[in-house]
Amino acid sequence: MSSTPTVGVLLSRVRVEEKLLLEDLERRGIPAKTIDDRALVLEAERRPELGCDVVLERCIQHSRALYALSVLNTWGIPTVNTFEVADVCGNKLLTTMRLIRDGVPTPRTRLAFTPESALEAIEALGYPAVLKPLVGSWGRLISKVNDRDAAESILEHKDVLGTYIHSIYYVQEYVPKPGRDIRAFVVGDETIGAIYRSSEHWITNTARGGKASRCPVTPELNDLCVRAARAVGGGVVAIDVLEGPEGLLVNEVNYTMEFRNSIDTTGVNIPAKIVDHALALARKAQQADA
Amino acid sequence: MPKCPECDADVTVGGDAVKGEIVACPDCGAELEVTETSPLALALAPEEEEDWGE
Repeated sequence: MSSTPTVGVLLSRVRVEEKLLLEDLERRGIPAKTIDDRALVLEAERRPELGCDVVLERCIQHSRALYALSVLNTWGIPTVNTFEVADVCGNKLLTTMRLIRDGVPTPRTRLAFTPESALEAIEALGYPAVLKPLVGSWGRLISKVNDRDAAESILEHKDVLGTYIHSIYYVQEYVPKPGRDIRAFVVGDETIGAIYRSSEHWITNTARGGKASRCPVTPELNDLCVRAARAVGGGVVAIDVLEGPEGLLVNEVNYTMEFRNSIDTTGVNIPAKIVDHALALARKAQQADA
Repeated sequence: MPKCPECDADVTVGGDAVKGEIVACPDCGAELEVTETSPLALALAPEEEEDWGE
């Protein structure tokens, strides 16, 4: 019989979420090892000896997570989530294309590479439209473009002041929503809980002041969210869902999800579910190696 | 008691603090990182960057 797997937690900043995960591991007597990404050196040519059987990736920086996961997965080390999931979810366009590939409803999206063509795309979608950076979280630098004057101004700023990645223009239709959106948590093949994020502002992220309240996980919501999770590669993800006039739309998928406002609201022990998933993955790998 | 590296105020940190945790200075509001727990040591937390998030 195999021993209890050791769970490595890759992080730098210890947010409430990381503390809750570490506390859950400690409470259950599961061997755990904290790996600080700032001190990490990964030799590309050999399997990293991290002293753990599975790595729970909780980096606050997408780029560190992405490249660390690339090395770990190439060497066959199980991780939550995988490099593929981080790569897809860390980039809004890649996420959109996976959702479209798998028939998951998502807002209409246009991709353009110059301010002129982006303006054309915005005008074709109609005002208001939404401009988003390809990489970014917490509602940062997301712009609701209400008219042509605003479009020209924002596009010029992005062109002149941004790095090259801001000149890849990701334009979406604006979906009128009822003062809230839905954040649903998927672990494996199950939507374990969901919250409404309500705000008078059109950006409803809880990091931007959105208030959390319980959202029932209907069969429709569960099916949509599980399909979205599978589309990006599966694992432990948080799905942002819009209640559009014609039905539910998946807006984004997050792969290092924050859940501090959602445990009491949903009544679900989210960190325990995440740890269970990581343990199952480690045991599966142990059995495969046996 | 550790001092805030920004404004030199005394900063109280809970007994369950862990390395890497962020606390706020009660006087100046600076974000501080717990760099050691025994003895307690604080440093200014890194500034938010473009790829931070979830």
